[in-house]
Amino acid sequence: MSAILESADIDRALKRISHEIIERNHGLESVVLLGIPTRGAFLASRIGEILKSLGNEVPVGTLDITMHRDDLRLRPPRPLVATLLPAGGIEGKDVVLVDDVLFSGRTIRAALDALGELGRPKTVQLAVLIDRGHRELPIRADYVGKNLPTSSTESVKVSLREVDETDRVEITGVR
Amino acid sequence: MKNQLLSINDLTLEDVIGILDTATALEQITNGPTKKLPTLRGRTVVNLFFEDSTRTRISFETAAKRLSADVINFSAKGSSVSKGESLKDTAQTLQAMGADAVVIRHGASGAAQRLADSGWINATVINAGDGTHEHPTQALLDAYTIAKSFPEHSRDFTSLKIAIVGDILHSRVARSNVLLLSKLGAKVTLIAPPTLLPVGVEKWPVTISYDLDAELESFDVVMMLRIQLERMNNFYFPSEREYARRYGLNEARLRCMKKTSIVMHPGPMNRGLEISAASADSSRSVIIDQVGNGVVTRMAVLYLLLGGASLSEVLS
Repeated sequence: MSAILESADIDRALKRISHEIIERNHGLESVVLLGIPTRGAFLASRIGEILKSLGNEVPVGTLDITMHRDDLRLRPPRPLVATLLPAGGIEGKDVVLVDDVLFSGRTIRAALDALGELGRPKTVQLAVLIDRGHRELPIRADYVGKNLPTSSTESVKVSLREVDETDRVEITGVR
Repeated sequence: MKNQLLSINDLTLEDVIGILDTATALEQITNGPTKKLPTLRGRTVVNLFFEDSTRTRISFETAAKRLSADVINFSAKGSSVSKGESLKDTAQTLQAMGADAVVIRHGASGAAQRLADSGWINATVINAGDGTHEHPTQALLDAYTIAKSFPEHSRDFTSLKIAIVGDILHSRVARSNVLLLSKLGAKVTLIAPPTLLPVGVEKWPVTISYDLDAELESFDVVMMLRIQLERMNNFYFPSEREYARRYGLNEARLRCMKKTSIVMHPGPMNRGLEISAASADSSRSVIIDQVGNGVVTRMAVLYLLLGGASLSEVLS
């Protein structure tokens, strides 16, 4: 098991993503960050904190996508997590979805469906900490912490201090 | 969690908390602009009702439809059951039509168990009331309602005192609620005339009282049960008027209750008998909330039982 990113690397990646979000959106008036639970939600709130320290307060929320997954029937039922939309909602906003790992793209497809039920954002962008390739759908990320070429038999494990005590990203070998 | 819901005994405490949490999340989703979720698309839920019902059937139907399942409503009246078709033949017909879940309400205690154990169908069986035995989804929605009314004790009812008043003998709602509420730690008191308490009730995890007024001010929840007039053929009490006077929830009794307490009733109500109109419509009554909560609780149950892979899909 080898660590790809340590705590400092993750912080640096999130800082860079934050700056890119500011640059891309010409200021942040209508930007809303929506994290995909579990770890995407923590990353979204971290990016929110960084933007705040840079003088830009941005609404942060979470988006549970469980009910929209296309692999529900392949696994036992998963517990639902709360969707917490910021007070201003998402109507006409620039929504930045935040997730930890971008892999097949199916989670993001489900997230787009879930978003569609909540309103009509002006744009939807995607920020991920790790892009590991192997897409099964035509989906790409706008902001990437690290591109990580992997074999499809490997698995990428993201640990965040909010839930896992430490911050690190590692590749665990063939399953 | 087992893949059917026949009795509260099928559920562990973790299952119960999982259902309450799921219902909470679903309530939040269905309060949004779109009520409908695609989760159970392509699954068929059959409401198999051998007894009359308004709330439960509509509630299950709404819950299944909000999850995009196909719903078939079957009531014994107007079907071949009135020509004498047996439960077995009816079940096999449903099996042949590819039902994924059967929600059954039947006048005979144990009918749901029989359907689940018989091997007549592969569908998930959900008990929506069997005779005087159990009505698990009603208990779950009652627990959800109590959890919402007392947010500081929402998953642990240890400090709550709950009275269940009325026809315990015939009440499947009472049986399921006693099992569920005591699982969640609540202190349950059954209040009824001795004639309306079942044999063996002293072995239940409850306190028994014959006097509604004795400790009325101590209860956080007072759950009134319907006097089942269709089953009152055996002189259980001298007259309806006397029952209403001794065991009915009237305004005077409502005033004695704690300010924070809530009044529940599974419906349908006999206004003026077990509950006065003023009590039923008072600000402390959560009877209408119970109906709304029934939909999200049943959505949670349907999602947890049908949303994931079925056993045969896991094996293949």
